[in-house]
Amino acid sequence: MATRKTTKKPNVSAEELLSYYRDMLLIRRFEEKAGQLYGMGLIGGFCHLYIGQEAVVVGLEAATKDGDKRVTSYRDHGHMLACGMDPNGVMAELTGREGGYSKGKGGSMHMFSKEKHFYGGHGIVGAQVPIGAGLAFSDKYKGNDNVTFTYFGDGAANQGQVAETYNMAQLWDLPVVFVIENNQYAMGTSVKRATKSPDFWERGAAYGIAGEAVDGMDVLAVKEAGEKAVAHCRAGKGPYILEVMTYRYRGHSMSDPAKYRTREEVQKMREERDPIEQVRGLLLTGDHATEDQLKEIDKEIKTIVNASADFAKESPEPALDELWTDIYAAEIPQEVN
Amino acid sequence: MATQILMPALSPTMEEGTLAKWLVKEGDTVSSGDILAEIETDKATMEFEAVDEGIVGKILIAEGTEGVKVNTPIAVLVEEGESADDVATAPAEAPAAEPEPSVAVSASQPAGGPGASPGRVAAKALEPDWPEGTPMKEQTVREALRDAMAEEMRRDGDVYLMGEEVAEYQGAYKISQGLLDEFGSKRVIDTPITEHGFAGLAVGAAFGGLKPIVEFMTFNFAMQAIDHIINSAAKTLYMSGGQMGAPMVFRGPNGAAARVGAQHSQDYAAWYMQIPGLKVAMPYSASDAKGLLKSAIRDPNPVIFLENEILYGRAFEVPAMDDYTVPFGKARIWREGTDVTIVSFGIGMQYALEAADKLAEDGISAEVIDLRTLRPMDTDTILQSVMKTNRCVTVEEGWPQGSVGSYISSVIMQQAFDYLDAPVINCTGKDVPMPYAANLEKLALVTTAEVIEAVKQVTYR
Repeated sequence: MATRKTTKKPNVSAEELLSYYRDMLLIRRFEEKAGQLYGMGLIGGFCHLYIGQEAVVVGLEAATKDGDKRVTSYRDHGHMLACGMDPNGVMAELTGREGGYSKGKGGSMHMFSKEKHFYGGHGIVGAQVPIGAGLAFSDKYKGNDNVTFTYFGDGAANQGQVAETYNMAQLWDLPVVFVIENNQYAMGTSVKRATKSPDFWERGAAYGIAGEAVDGMDVLAVKEAGEKAVAHCRAGKGPYILEVMTYRYRGHSMSDPAKYRTREEVQKMREERDPIEQVRGLLLTGDHATEDQLKEIDKEIKTIVNASADFAKESPEPALDELWTDIYAAEIPQEVN
Repeated sequence: MATQILMPALSPTMEEGTLAKWLVKEGDTVSSGDILAEIETDKATMEFEAVDEGIVGKILIAEGTEGVKVNTPIAVLVEEGESADDVATAPAEAPAAEPEPSVAVSASQPAGGPGASPGRVAAKALEPDWPEGTPMKEQTVREALRDAMAEEMRRDGDVYLMGEEVAEYQGAYKISQGLLDEFGSKRVIDTPITEHGFAGLAVGAAFGGLKPIVEFMTFNFAMQAIDHIINSAAKTLYMSGGQMGAPMVFRGPNGAAARVGAQHSQDYAAWYMQIPGLKVAMPYSASDAKGLLKSAIRDPNPVIFLENEILYGRAFEVPAMDDYTVPFGKARIWREGTDVTIVSFGIGMQYALEAADKLAEDGISAEVIDLRTLRPMDTDTILQSVMKTNRCVTVEEGWPQGSVGSYISSVIMQQAFDYLDAPVINCTGKDVPMPYAANLEKLALVTTAEVIEAVKQVTYR
């Protein structure tokens, strides 16, 4: 595994580290709460938690600028929180309420925010990949220097449309970072049971696309790789592939007993590689924060998450006439730039 | 022995062409593979090669001649010492000279009376969508579609065209002819053969604020892309609670062309018509092709625009207006009648109108409705007509089960049951994959005769 290691003492400010800690913790606690609400029957259908993968989106969001776009699969809660969407609106969408980002009509897998340039939330494995290239196409067409982050998993990486998209993205020099979140399992199928060419980023070479693998449990390594990728795209050099080696602690979805891997494997990853614990360690050993300060942050996050759960429970179900709205647009929705 | 060189059929739908240029002259010796002439078809200018060796004895059709029918003798090839006149005394018996016309060729004969030139449609709709006194020009469906795209691209810089062979090749069916020259490679984009990918990419571009026109070389190939058409384009507005959608057009030829077999001959009207979030247009005439395509490009929703290869070369009167658009969801009555309502759309209109002409000779007065758009569908116009005629026949090329006609039948049954004097009959393509053999293909397609028979059944004649 050609992952990058951050053995050297990171050149990063306390402020920055604290913000990563806060952002990752928000995702972790939010997802734990979503799991609880699912167990209580308040969230229905499919619900795919992001626990364990937090460093991926937090690291990459740190490499973005205003105007950059992002699009991902159905494991999307983390991406939405990381790009600044309101936890209340996300949680209320999970509970299918009026206050949700899609007024309760999208659900866990289908959420969007034009304001935050978050283009979903796509339920069909791999479908977001050409869509992401298309978003990048629109920016190139308009002549700005925005970059689109297109996230997909190791499972989607085997989809034919990914290969089609690589080809077009490189052919047309599209400013898109393809982020392969390799969490080792496509639902229950481990990478080695799905492909004999397990270095997904290297597939880009067949199309002339630059790329690399990076340790996705290390938020600083992810951010550094993200900055390199973004610089490549903004310079007009076309797409870039980042294969981010990560791990999901929970099952594929809430109904997955995860029998395809051992408890020990998960436990080892949690104990040795946990992205939040790594930053916590850096904060404490580098004297950037005290235990008390971190406890204070934990408390803040808990308050935000509890508030989102309360909001998601109290927000009313959508009005019945919402069934018939938003099927056709009467006017073209205005682009927010 | 002297042999005739015949005007070749250089595309599946070619009925006639222009003999653009002779590259040989009388007296030249030619051998197999030599280029004899340039022939302009409905799709492209093609080089025409010699098959046999010989001397060009006589050129029968001068260069520059338009409308030369397929299989017309265009030159005579002689052997050493022979005269071109030898062939004139012995009528050619080349098997291809008088072929049994394939159904597509015969079906494409104009509805007009004697004297109407091939490819021109004489029938005119009642109540046109343009003001009285508007000057008209004759235009093929192909030209109308191109003009619609060009006009909309001039009007809105966010509109762009992408697809296979749309730019440098000028369109596989010449629909995008000239667009690359006018708008450049930024806005007229050749894609790799990658329907799933470029359809998805265009959806992303639409989310990003552009208004893509995606050309599928045929809608048969759009099956590779149907996930993005339905899951990504059609559903996103709803799934996002109205925040973002896909203002775009997916267009291309749909349905049977001629002799291209099962995988290239499917009519998808009923499939796409079923999807909430999509709009579906399927024009018959050139004026509707133009007006509806312009409306489709402006529409903030994903539109499926189903064209027809056989209709591309058909000419109709098109209003010469600066900005001619046709609204979605408004059917057009082509012919008023009192005894039966015939409802169709797209190329089905040809059978409907032909049938109505022949039925009139038998004293049966048929009202012919062209739906023009299938979603939204103007069921009001159908119902009003059926309430008047009390009988209805639907005509389409697609398959019978789950057809457009079966939906229309259910609407009529639920909303005008008491007005019906006979069961509605759906004339459709046969429930088989399209065969290649000319005789079987003819059997598989819906025919004018079947429409006439259906009308006679519902009118108890």
